[in-house]
Amino acid sequence: MATSVSIRELSLSFGAVTVLKDLNLDIRDGEFLVLLGSSGCGKSTLLNCIAGLLEPTDGQIFIKDRNVTWEEPKDRGIGMVFQSYALYPQMTVEKNLSFGLQVAKVPQAEIDKRVARAAEILQIGPLLKRKPAELSGGQRQRVAIGRALVRDVDVFLFDEPLSNLDAKLRSELRVEIKRLHQNLKNTMIYVTHDQIEALTLADRIAIMKSGVIQQLDDPIVIYNRPRNLFVAGFIGSPSMNFLRGEIALAGDRPVFTTHGVTFGLDAYDAAEPLTPGRKVVLGLRPEHIMIDSDVNSPELHEATVDIEEPMGADNLLWLKHAGHTMSVRIGGARRYAPGARVRMSFDMGLASLFDAETEDRI
Amino acid sequence: MANVSSLNAAASFDSVSGQVAGPRGKKPRKALSRRNIILYGTLIVAALYYLLPLYVMVVTSLKGMPEIRLGNIFSPPVEITFEPWVKAWATACTGLNCDGLSRGFWNSVRILLPSVVVSIAVASVSGYALANWRFKGADVFFSILIVGAFIPYQVMIYPIVIVLRELGVYGTLTGLVIVHTIFGMPILTLLFRNYFTSLPEELFKAARIDGAGFWQIYFRIMLPMALPIFVVAMILQVTGIWNDFLFGVVFTRPDTYPMTVQLNNIVNSVQGVKEYNVNMAATLLTGAVPLIVYFVSGRLFVRGIAAGAVKG
Amino acid sequence: MRSDAPAGRPNQLFRNLNSKIALIPMMLVALVVFLGGTVWTVVYSFTNSKLLPRLKFVGLEQYERLWDAPRWIISIQNLAIYGILSLIFSLVIGFVLAALMDQKIRFENTFRTIFLYPFALSFIVTGLVWQWVLNPEYGVQFIVRSLGFTSFQFDPLYNADIVIYGILIAGLWQGTGLVMCLMLAGLRGIDEDIWKAARVDGIPMWRTYIFIIIPMMRPVFITTLVLIASSIVKVYDLVVAQTSGGPGIASEVPAKYVYDYMFQAQNLGQGFAASTMMLITVAIIVIPWAYLEFGGKKRG
Repeated sequence: MATSVSIRELSLSFGAVTVLKDLNLDIRDGEFLVLLGSSGCGKSTLLNCIAGLLEPTDGQIFIKDRNVTWEEPKDRGIGMVFQSYALYPQMTVEKNLSFGLQVAKVPQAEIDKRVARAAEILQIGPLLKRKPAELSGGQRQRVAIGRALVRDVDVFLFDEPLSNLDAKLRSELRVEIKRLHQNLKNTMIYVTHDQIEALTLADRIAIMKSGVIQQLDDPIVIYNRPRNLFVAGFIGSPSMNFLRGEIALAGDRPVFTTHGVTFGLDAYDAAEPLTPGRKVVLGLRPEHIMIDSDVNSPELHEATVDIEEPMGADNLLWLKHAGHTMSVRIGGARRYAPGARVRMSFDMGLASLFDAETEDRI
Repeated sequence: MANVSSLNAAASFDSVSGQVAGPRGKKPRKALSRRNIILYGTLIVAALYYLLPLYVMVVTSLKGMPEIRLGNIFSPPVEITFEPWVKAWATACTGLNCDGLSRGFWNSVRILLPSVVVSIAVASVSGYALANWRFKGADVFFSILIVGAFIPYQVMIYPIVIVLRELGVYGTLTGLVIVHTIFGMPILTLLFRNYFTSLPEELFKAARIDGAGFWQIYFRIMLPMALPIFVVAMILQVTGIWNDFLFGVVFTRPDTYPMTVQLNNIVNSVQGVKEYNVNMAATLLTGAVPLIVYFVSGRLFVRGIAAGAVKG
Repeated sequence: MRSDAPAGRPNQLFRNLNSKIALIPMMLVALVVFLGGTVWTVVYSFTNSKLLPRLKFVGLEQYERLWDAPRWIISIQNLAIYGILSLIFSLVIGFVLAALMDQKIRFENTFRTIFLYPFALSFIVTGLVWQWVLNPEYGVQFIVRSLGFTSFQFDPLYNADIVIYGILIAGLWQGTGLVMCLMLAGLRGIDEDIWKAARVDGIPMWRTYIFIIIPMMRPVFITTLVLIASSIVKVYDLVVAQTSGGPGIASEVPAKYVYDYMFQAQNLGQGFAASTMMLITVAIIVIPWAYLEFGGKKRG
């Protein structure tokens, strides 16, 4: 598949502060790529560099195999949607959509055609004569997307477009953006700090921290096989359970041991040899721990229920086990009182093991 | 190493070095681009217009009169003399008095100190009461005050003269302090009210639950937190009162004229030969106080006038 | 102090008595000085008060005399010319300077300090400085002539026809820095995403300013306009210092008319009538603005 956007050795620093460090990234044609990270990780900076709104200190940016490093934003073949919508408040929706095209001297007939198409796709036809102040947050965001749409470009850039909306609207518009992508098949680069948005929308997610991409993968791979401790802790809610311990041998089989309990590692798909004595961190997602009737392994652990958090569809238990507190996700109908004793087993095939020093996946 | 870039990089990449010819990094820009020439050119020309009078004042005040009559106002002094400054300060004449601007300076200082203190004290308490102890009707008075800030002083001046005369303080320092307190009130009260409103209300509630009363809360809690706004108010009042001319002329007698009034009388007196160098030295001396306040306070000054100018 | 008897609510008037006592000065100023003083002056403008105010009503006689006085007509004309030009120039110059300052320039603080320092100076100082700079024998006219343009003529302070422009130059010098600061604050308040969106749309900078930014800054413009306008009506010290109203009566302004009639010519009735006219002028400027600004939405 052809490459749509390529970033080569991109660096950006403001004075002594380095925001992006020697960053490489290839985005395929038609791909939905999400840049995910907490604030200050450089994700928005990277997007602004792609858009041409920020100048990199070093490195190159290619869009459709064309070196656009020095191009003006308008000449890069991109459209952009902003968190604050950035609609021109004194202009009607129609004018907001058409203003850029008029400035670019696109023939009026063509402008009308594109505005009509965008209005149809986004279902904002009835709003065309209104001003942004008369629109709801969701409607404004649609118009902002429409402004990118009429530019008839290959690459769409989204800078936290749903952050200013309430939770309900956010999930509605999320679905619409996904549908938009399915219909248009454009390349989309989407910045967010919301992992649900990232997991639901992305073809691939790039998780960033301190200006460096930590992992670039399928959402499922990122969720199940995080490359390092940061990614493992960042993705998933409630967070993955981390147990500090070391590798040991039980007979000739490698096991993980901590506080006198052991976890068999037979099922774990290790990329590196599991040398006994190596200090490691074992990561277990709450839904990869089974209790009582679900237990399917001969290797049994006992734990005490500390707190129960019913969440409707499922129920979250905080268990005390061998000096750790672990969260476990179970069905919403199963209830436990604090202090109850439970038996647990672990789905080690879906567990993650990290080196305690480098924090990288083993 | 942290990046797993897909292997199907476009053919244009040089796979050995990983680098490609063509634009890279920052777009090179000439320091002397057309944009920069226009931008900085305009700014510098404008800056010269603003600086010119200050330059002319300084230069003129350092020349002797013969040199002024020969040269133009922009030429730097050939022979620097501080005579005009000494004369302006100590011996320049207004009417029959020939003891220089120093008298006006000290008069202004005597007016300034109590006026600044009293006007800020009254306004800060009013602002605090309006912000935290709202009661029915208080806002009506406040609205009258704010609308009143737009009424030309000329409309209210004569009634004030009558009231002060009745109170027996017309023409005295006390009278002028009252006048400055009155006309400083709208802006200062607004300033303090907005500031105290912006403080978290919980602070005030917590203090009340702890049993503190009106004055206790003001002195123990609000005052220590409001120091920055007090500085802003002081800048506003010091420059405003020092620069005042109208109230000085209406509410004082010739022997207690503030500096601005005396300066105007010295420079615009019709008798005698015009001594431009002395005039400019006197003008600089009068402008020195607010200028020093301005240069020392910097950003706070901007904040002060912005707070004073834009409604909160 | 506090009565704990269950005798129902305490009298509302004495609740939080201290706060009410503290507000007495403000209430007095608002009622007696601002409201009372204004009403007093307006009422006495219908009397024939001369040396002392007295309540002998003569209807609109003072106003008739006022509008018959050439000096008042000139004052009003001067105010109109000075006011309109001062508004236009200070808004344009202030905005342009602010827009230039907003280009992420170097030495921004230095430039701001330079543009704003005249605002710290009094009108008296401003007037005297410009009186000197515009002095035809030594100042601008002399210098341009000595450069070879011997017929160059620019002597606003000695030429009745253009004297008001001389005052305008000084007034702009003193006041545009403030306008620049207000405009700059307005520009800085605009969402940066708007600029980004305009760049992505490929809208040139000047068009972004004219079609997007300036319309967005309407409230700032209006507030600035009202501030400048209401200060223009009060212009007094500047004229006194720079020209003393001369040559002749060519640069008289209403505020000076009021002062001279109240405190020097001892014709109080004229002073009151003229100051009432000033009040009306300000009301014409301020009331529509206040209505637009505060009338539409209820303030809590």
